[in-house]
Amino acid sequence: MLTPRDEADLAEAVSAADGPLRISGGGTRPIGNPTAGAALSTTGLRGIELYDPGALTIVARAGTPLTEIEDALAAEGQRLPFEPMDHRKLMGSEGEPTIGGVVAANVSGPRRIQAGACRDSLIGVRFVDGTGTVIKNGGRVMKNVTGYDLVKLLAGSYGTLGVLSEVAFKVLPATESRAVLLIEGLDTGRAIETLSAGLTSPFEVTGAAHAMKGLDGAPMTMIRIEGFAASVAYRAGRLKDLLEGFGDVTIETDPEKTLAGWAWVRDVETFAGRSGDVWRFSIRPSDAPRLVEAIAPAECLLDWGGGLVWALAEEGSDLRAKMSGIAGHATLIRASEETKQRLGVFHPEPAPLAALADGLRASYDPKGILNRGLMAAPAAVAA
Amino acid sequence: MQMPAPNPSILAKKARIVERLSNVLPADAVIHEETETRAYECDALTAYKCPPLCAVLPSSTHDVSAVLKICHEEGVPVVPRGSGTSLAGGALPTEDSVILGVARLNQVLETNYADRYIRVQSGRTNLSVTGAVEHEDFFYAPDPSSQLACAIAGNIAMNSGGAHCLKYGVTTNNLLGVTMVMMDGTIVEIGGAHLDAGGLDLLGVICGSEGQLGVVTEATLRILRKPEGARPVLMGFDSNEVAGACVSDIIKAGVLPVAIEFMDRPCIEATEAFAKAGYPMCEALLIVEVEGSPAEIDEQLGLIKQIARRHDPVELREAKDEDEAKRIWLGRKSAFGAMGQINDYMCLDGTIPVSSLPFVLRRIGEMSKEFGLDVANVFHAGDGNMHPLILFDANKAGDLERCEALGAEILKLCVEAGGCLTGEHGVGIEKRDLMTTQFSSADLEAQLRVKDVFDPDWLLNPAKVFPLGATEGRRTTRAEVA
Repeated sequence: MLTPRDEADLAEAVSAADGPLRISGGGTRPIGNPTAGAALSTTGLRGIELYDPGALTIVARAGTPLTEIEDALAAEGQRLPFEPMDHRKLMGSEGEPTIGGVVAANVSGPRRIQAGACRDSLIGVRFVDGTGTVIKNGGRVMKNVTGYDLVKLLAGSYGTLGVLSEVAFKVLPATESRAVLLIEGLDTGRAIETLSAGLTSPFEVTGAAHAMKGLDGAPMTMIRIEGFAASVAYRAGRLKDLLEGFGDVTIETDPEKTLAGWAWVRDVETFAGRSGDVWRFSIRPSDAPRLVEAIAPAECLLDWGGGLVWALAEEGSDLRAKMSGIAGHATLIRASEETKQRLGVFHPEPAPLAALADGLRASYDPKGILNRGLMAAPAAVAA
Repeated sequence: MQMPAPNPSILAKKARIVERLSNVLPADAVIHEETETRAYECDALTAYKCPPLCAVLPSSTHDVSAVLKICHEEGVPVVPRGSGTSLAGGALPTEDSVILGVARLNQVLETNYADRYIRVQSGRTNLSVTGAVEHEDFFYAPDPSSQLACAIAGNIAMNSGGAHCLKYGVTTNNLLGVTMVMMDGTIVEIGGAHLDAGGLDLLGVICGSEGQLGVVTEATLRILRKPEGARPVLMGFDSNEVAGACVSDIIKAGVLPVAIEFMDRPCIEATEAFAKAGYPMCEALLIVEVEGSPAEIDEQLGLIKQIARRHDPVELREAKDEDEAKRIWLGRKSAFGAMGQINDYMCLDGTIPVSSLPFVLRRIGEMSKEFGLDVANVFHAGDGNMHPLILFDANKAGDLERCEALGAEILKLCVEAGGCLTGEHGVGIEKRDLMTTQFSSADLEAQLRVKDVFDPDWLLNPAKVFPLGATEGRRTTRAEVA
């Protein structure tokens, strides 16, 4: 495995490559079509380069372990706003998640509905394109419209446009206190209405999820409030009043329990270690009940007020084909190599958009060596 | 400011181009008489003017597609225009270009409160997006100062911010999807009402591309429920440095105000004379606003005032009621107009790390003396987005040039301090030639390659954003065949 020690080393490795490269960070998120080639890991590019709490910004090399970043932020009472998911339990993978991997897969968690996705907090990148050229874009300030925003383009490009060497984020103060409102036993339609009522209230909901099967097997609807203690207590109370019509509302404020509960949602722990393929849908929240019905009997975990649907399905089944009429996209997160190859991991794009994406990849990676085919449509995967 | 020489072969076929455009648009949507095209000769960067070949005002995505198809076939550059409020010359035409104005595309197409989005045509003004959802207590968060006039199309082109983006983000963080017409007339849909468009984040690179990648005709925007309330506190300090340090301390303390606005003495004086908001006469003034219920506001402002007191404020005034809150904001909101009353000015837009505020403000003061031009500062301090206003006299020979030279030095200072040339106004023509201070040629080439993919013939707003020297080969290849 190639493990360059710094950016110059990385540029050298890519420039010298005479065949495809399989690029990874910590390797804990094996998402994408199967790819071939020599393994290249960014774990050698390690360390926080700059952390300026008074400016709410942190800059780190791509291979820095996520825990190192989170610990540094926590020591100053700050955090990454987008609550990145840990894929290890769901994917059965091992290793140490890196900050570069989080960016490459644009990984966000439940707080995405309020604080934005990983790409929204990302304010700068340095990367090596397919010719071995080092490119920087954005910077370390939170408002920046100087030139094109390649920062967003790189986030979620899964290493197919370039290999990230450095990433910079806008961070936010961590919150002092947390409360979770729980309602048991709702069907999907009613659950989405409940979440929507919370999200359209002025009480700043930072988590809105519904499990068809909660920890004790019954459906569980969850709404999270964060902030200063007095404010959390006030808003939780107001929300409870607002939601009484939907069912019996209980408020959980135990820090350990609520932390574990949202990690359970964030990491889709409910599907960990269970057989079956895992699909991830991004849709309009109000379409969730229709989708859940269309893909039945798949078991679902709904986050983002219903806009994010995780589904555990029979192996090899094509849930994407059942979306008919529902706008959005479906990603096949966990499945056998054969199923991934056949169905394609990423949602097929309309021809003009696919042409733009292909054009960008051909331009940034003219040799076609960076995670080749990882995001391709099924026909191209087979070829 | 240099612009490319117009292509004589395009000027020569003006009649044919106008005729073809008139064939696909209503008569009043094609403006080609010299007296009328003057209305489109500049945007809010009025120092530079040039009437276009003609201007078109399509009313539908289909019309935009028809226009672009013709211009593509004829090899004519197209300059998209929202409301023409760009401070960077983003909508400045060249003599051989067609202005494509989206002002007639101003309809609300769909509102969905349960899913928290609105779909509008892109010529709709920023403020009228909020206007369309206000009765349900919702709002659209990005609020550039020009929000009464500026169009969503321009907001997307420039990735506009505003006073409240410390908490709510800028346009790119509130944009869910677009309908866009490519230069060859192809209509594409990117994203939608769901979060995170699939595939590569094309939406992310289109937002802020200054109308160089496509013409956005419709946008799906995130709308938010209004907070229960908001209240500002005004604080005065006896030096810029102390005010800057106070901003940094507030941010470090874990409170997240929705806005932290900064004004220095020259700006306070001009504003007070103009708007009579009752501001204290001091060296620097901060307006900090927080949101929530009355009790939540009390708690946050309590903490903020505690921090402010550590910096010995000369004034600490909390709004007691709605009326007082309005007056606190009145001065800040009329700052630009007030400066315009007393002087010609150039408004800069560099962003710096908040922690460098004291240093950068001190350096700007020194540079102002060196150049012999006054500089007033009014800006979004919470996110480090500065707006130094350089005061000059347009009627005095050499003053504009001196002002531009000082502006360039201040922007270079922002870059050296770890910041950037522009935080929310865009590059346009204004900062085009400074791009090399922030980017290496490889960095710029990576951006140019994006345009190569979206607009291979370099016809969309081609003379903007990048130094002309860097784009010359790309622009002239096509011009030769036109």
